[in-house]
Amino acid sequence: MKEKVQLEDINRSLYDFKDIETEENFYKLDEGLSVDIVEQISREKNDPDWMREFRLHCLDVYNRTAMKDWGPSIEGLNMDDIVTYVRPKTQMSAKWSDVPDDIKNTFERLGIPQAERESLAGVGAQYDSELVYHNVREEVAAMGVIYTDLESALHGPYADMIKEHFMKLVPPTDHKFAALHGAVWSGGSFVYVPPKVTVEIPLQSYFRLNAPGAGQFEHTLIIVDEGADLHFIEGCSAPKYNVANLHAGCVELYVSKDARLRYSTIENWSKNMYNLNTKRALIEEGGKMEWVSGSFGSHVSYLYPMTILNGKNAHMDYTGITFAGATQNLDTGMKVIHNAPDTTSVINAKSISKSGGISTYRSAVVINPKATGSKSTANCESLMLDNESRSDTIPAMDVRTADADIGHEAKIGRISDEAVFYLMSRGMNEESARAMIVSGFANNVSKELPLEYAVEMNNLIRLEMVGSIG
Amino acid sequence: MSQALLKIRGLRASVTADDTQILHGIDLDIMPGEIHVLMGPNGAGKSTLGNCIMGNPAYTITDGTIEFNGQDITHESTDKRAKAGLFLSFQNPIEVPGITLSTFIKTASEEITGDHVRLWKFRKQLESNMEMLQMDKAYLDRDLNVGFSGGEKKKAEILQLLTLQPKLAILDETDSGLDVDAVRTVSQGVEQYMKESGRALIIITHSTRILEALKVNYTHVLVDGKLVATGDASIIDDINQNGFEKYLQN
Repeated sequence: MKEKVQLEDINRSLYDFKDIETEENFYKLDEGLSVDIVEQISREKNDPDWMREFRLHCLDVYNRTAMKDWGPSIEGLNMDDIVTYVRPKTQMSAKWSDVPDDIKNTFERLGIPQAERESLAGVGAQYDSELVYHNVREEVAAMGVIYTDLESALHGPYADMIKEHFMKLVPPTDHKFAALHGAVWSGGSFVYVPPKVTVEIPLQSYFRLNAPGAGQFEHTLIIVDEGADLHFIEGCSAPKYNVANLHAGCVELYVSKDARLRYSTIENWSKNMYNLNTKRALIEEGGKMEWVSGSFGSHVSYLYPMTILNGKNAHMDYTGITFAGATQNLDTGMKVIHNAPDTTSVINAKSISKSGGISTYRSAVVINPKATGSKSTANCESLMLDNESRSDTIPAMDVRTADADIGHEAKIGRISDEAVFYLMSRGMNEESARAMIVSGFANNVSKELPLEYAVEMNNLIRLEMVGSIG
Repeated sequence: MSQALLKIRGLRASVTADDTQILHGIDLDIMPGEIHVLMGPNGAGKSTLGNCIMGNPAYTITDGTIEFNGQDITHESTDKRAKAGLFLSFQNPIEVPGITLSTFIKTASEEITGDHVRLWKFRKQLESNMEMLQMDKAYLDRDLNVGFSGGEKKKAEILQLLTLQPKLAILDETDSGLDVDAVRTVSQGVEQYMKESGRALIIITHSTRILEALKVNYTHVLVDGKLVATGDASIIDDINQNGFEKYLQN
């Protein structure tokens, strides 16, 4: 029996509905990038002076920085066509009932308020460039946990803390899109967890980019103080338009001594999105960083969360899965810098490619001379669902001490016909059998997610697998 | 006269990948309630016959028909055969990482019955069957067959048999590679399955131990893709003492 693969788009109706944005309801800047545009954004946001200057400096760096010369093509992305700032005409609200109906409906269809009631300690919901809703449970706030939008925080009691940390881990000189982010960033969240505070249930930010031809540039800054513990979840989605959209967010995470941070992402951008996101974490002595990452959407992704293990015994876990379908080129992976003795990292990366999709695992493990006694193990597995698809693994290792233990294993496979027959002999049709095998393959990520998100991820896999049998 | 549960006529089959002919015209009737034993030297086509009955696309049926419960299933897909009441216990059960044994059996059960499984009751039933099969309950939460010993894999197959309750089960060397105690346990499970009236079994085996507690109706000897002899249980003892030699000479 020959297998055939249909190249038609999957049914993404859950994510693909569009809201009609009328001129009256939204405030948009012109397309493109200029000093004028950046100054307008800065005025809109009532930036403190240092931030306005920083934005202009970033624009300058952006103009001076060459476009990267590696990775998947981003030729379809023309900055002159991208609207960098789209603000819904509403104020941010802490009460769900105050959010305008059209926006509320969007998030309700995505299940956000329900998830908040059931399993989250706090939620931020960003629609295009601005947060429209932000709420944190009273008991969490009472522990001294700060969870707010970054703009308000810039004018509040934590203003100095933000100035001290904002784009210090990811400087604008890091790469061209980091500079772009610095110039036009808008929205995002600021989280501060005081020493020894354990936030039992996760906080979440949900990013929805609804305007066609727009960019989303949210900035997430999280500081987990000594001995504290936090789980933060980031969800992303967008409907599909015929013009390119851009996501160039930035995430900066500071994990202090003996603190722990888990950062989970389920990304389901539409398949016209250029996802050029930068995430970075700095871990002090005895601290733990855990990344859980599911990448399903976007046309092109460049995503390599980086961790700097900066204190003795600091630890990082990275668990990620990438699913590249038709028209997708997803270049994902991670980077870890061992910068202190006895630091450890464990990497479990999986990728699935289907219907001509390309998935590349790109990683760098760096062990600096002072990181003696450090240990890093990596395990990469790829699953290719047909002969048209492609899967690559590009691991780089830079080890500068003899006293380190490094392991890397990579495996590329296919679904065996025998496994499909086995499942079918127990009553599953071919499509369900394949979907089950793929869900099992992705299980290392879904089992790390809270139940609701694991269910969402399995739904995404099922959606991707529908129509894969001809 | 009651109707045959399985009726095979003139079945010829080849390996899909390279067209090697394996089965050269098989005729077989199985009535409800019967136990048939299929013996034969290695490479005779015993597993191929089991796989063809279950519809494994690795084999292509080039001629003949298979009827199950009065329906022609010769070209039916495997899942539809399973839903109609056929079951194959695999010689080498496949490992499926990331899917637990309980999720797998629950999904299978829902597919086959078309009903939503009531979790608590379902779990109780599984646990009671596992007790009989002397399986540690912890296996329910382990990935399907991953890291299971040979014996545990076979027990997991019988657990599925008992849960899914098919009309006809094919046991493909379910006893091979098991120690004496495990064979006894597995055969208790098979006995339990046969307690319900109207069920039937095809047992592919090299040994008699799994058959001790079962009432075998017919024994077939398969050589080079043909059934060369059919008789009662006494053939089994004969083969065990004298081997296949006299059948090969036929």
